[in-house]
Amino acid sequence: MRTPNGQPGFLGFVHRRRRGAELFLLIIALAVGIGGYAAVGIGVDGAVPANIVGYGGWLVVLIVACHVAVRIAAPYADPVLLPVVAALNGLGLAVIRRIDLAQIEAVKGTDKAPKVFANDQLVWMTIGVALFIGTLVVLRDHRVLQRYTYTTGLAAILLLILPLMPVIGVDHYGARIWVDLGPVGMQPGEVAKVLLVIAFAGYLVVHRDALALAGRRFLFVDLPRGRDLGPILAMWLISLGILVFQNDLGSSLLFYGIFLTMLYVATERPGWLVVGGALFVAGALGVYSFAGHVQLRVEAWLHPFGAWETGSQQVGQSMFGMAWGGLLGRGFGQGRPTLIPFSESDFIMGAIGEELGLTGVMAVILLYGLIVERGLRTALVCRDGFGKLVACGLAVIFAIQVFVVIGGVTDLIPLTGLTTPFLSYGGSSLVANWVIIALVLRISDQARRPIPDLSFEEPSEAETTQIVKAVRP
Amino acid sequence: MSELTLFMIKIAYLAVLWIFVLSAISVIRTDMFGARLSSGQQAPKAAKSKAKAPAKAAPKRRGAPTHVAVVEGGNEGERADLDQAPILIGRGPDAAIRLDDDYVSTRHARIAASGDQWFVEDLGSTNGTYVGASRISQPTAITVGTRVRIGKTILELRK
Repeated sequence: MRTPNGQPGFLGFVHRRRRGAELFLLIIALAVGIGGYAAVGIGVDGAVPANIVGYGGWLVVLIVACHVAVRIAAPYADPVLLPVVAALNGLGLAVIRRIDLAQIEAVKGTDKAPKVFANDQLVWMTIGVALFIGTLVVLRDHRVLQRYTYTTGLAAILLLILPLMPVIGVDHYGARIWVDLGPVGMQPGEVAKVLLVIAFAGYLVVHRDALALAGRRFLFVDLPRGRDLGPILAMWLISLGILVFQNDLGSSLLFYGIFLTMLYVATERPGWLVVGGALFVAGALGVYSFAGHVQLRVEAWLHPFGAWETGSQQVGQSMFGMAWGGLLGRGFGQGRPTLIPFSESDFIMGAIGEELGLTGVMAVILLYGLIVERGLRTALVCRDGFGKLVACGLAVIFAIQVFVVIGGVTDLIPLTGLTTPFLSYGGSSLVANWVIIALVLRISDQARRPIPDLSFEEPSEAETTQIVKAVRP
Repeated sequence: MSELTLFMIKIAYLAVLWIFVLSAISVIRTDMFGARLSSGQQAPKAAKSKAKAPAKAAPKRRGAPTHVAVVEGGNEGERADLDQAPILIGRGPDAAIRLDDDYVSTRHARIAASGDQWFVEDLGSTNGTYVGASRISQPTAITVGTRVRIGKTILELRK
């Protein structure tokens, strides 16, 4: 592969924009979303829902807005990420709508108000899309974020402490991770995870040489130096703090996992994984020995049907649902997903397994795999260390979150409370995930954009836009 | 709604889901290596600048460089041929020019070609790469004799 002048290209090849391919995929993604909504209507009520035009139209407006924003603000961005996210979000809306219809059916005849979520979720998706576009338009160069390494770190820690504050912090289902802001509640942890990735990346890109080169060799592994253990111990304590004070197994695992992975990626030293893994096992065993709710979770994991009487029916119900769904599923409207508690949020994969079967679940897991792969690919082609680490950290968020949630729902690992990205009901999570995708697209736009040709004295305006003034933290 | 219709809808929906997954994968496949640059088809951005390139670029060339040499610092005299571009410079074992300099990062900088032009690019090093007196933050064009400072070491392109 050579440039027209006969010299080898800078990286051997030049990325194309691929916006046409993105549009093509977006159209199929819309078919997944709107088709799912129609199929839910047909399956439950026997007719295509009356508001399909309004609903479908709104989805089209949102997706076209995203596409236009990407075309204008990030023309070289990855073509696959946005369609995958649009498809997952559309599928999630359809499944939540299906569970809503069952709830409405259940309270028919009584004067109880049904618990419905689909409309709220559509509102949250709209906010998410608005922030997605806002992020792409406002943030023209991700390297700017490196200036705010410690500011974002501090903001993340403040956000994490917020739910523990007396008035605004509230307890939901045992986990103290909510903040009550009058009409809406939010989970600050979802925002904190994005900020933490930026802070880790900014810290590691500056300190990775010290973390990577110093240390001694012991039993075939390079162990890090004692005084470099500071940040990893601090992160370990923060994760344990979340676990102990907020009773939130999932976030604790997520934050610690992100940090450890990014540390490993930045230093290329498996020694950190050994040390971090040992600390994690020690912490987990310690907490297990005295925290009652963790013991309950482990009990429900080991004996999903044995714990029926003690109240932990979720995992068992979800496994029954998936078994009934089988290979092809019952079809929308033909299952009983409402039997699983929280089937609209934590257990949405159980509902999908029941009504779309293993075939549907595999498609969804593959889509998550594609998101992670595109994120890591962005990290590979990105040319600056900070961008690499941010892209990698954001991809790892999805990887850990999906593994932890789907692993919990399918009884592979103990159940922890994390949301299924883009699928499950939850405003903070949905909005934060849309922003994450915007950040990854921004980095991939920078990474895939052809390198400006600087061989002439007077560069044109288009070429000078690449220049960033000294990015010093 | 008959059983059969519901079954057909279910299969159709699963088919749409999988068509989406497979088309996404096929887009990734065609995207794997980006565009091959042939004479007829160029990347849009490159095409714009290349259009006015030949006229100006030709008189500017004063013989192409053949190697990078360390001209100052602990490893003075070390060199690497430009045929093996991109050339990695740093303290790590995989660097083409390995520097024993405490102010150099494991993977410090890279020298590579784009068109006729050679570029030096900082790879996120701790102490930075300097061309002349200024620290570079993006790939910077260098010519024969441009002094590139990395830590306490100075390199330049040689004919």
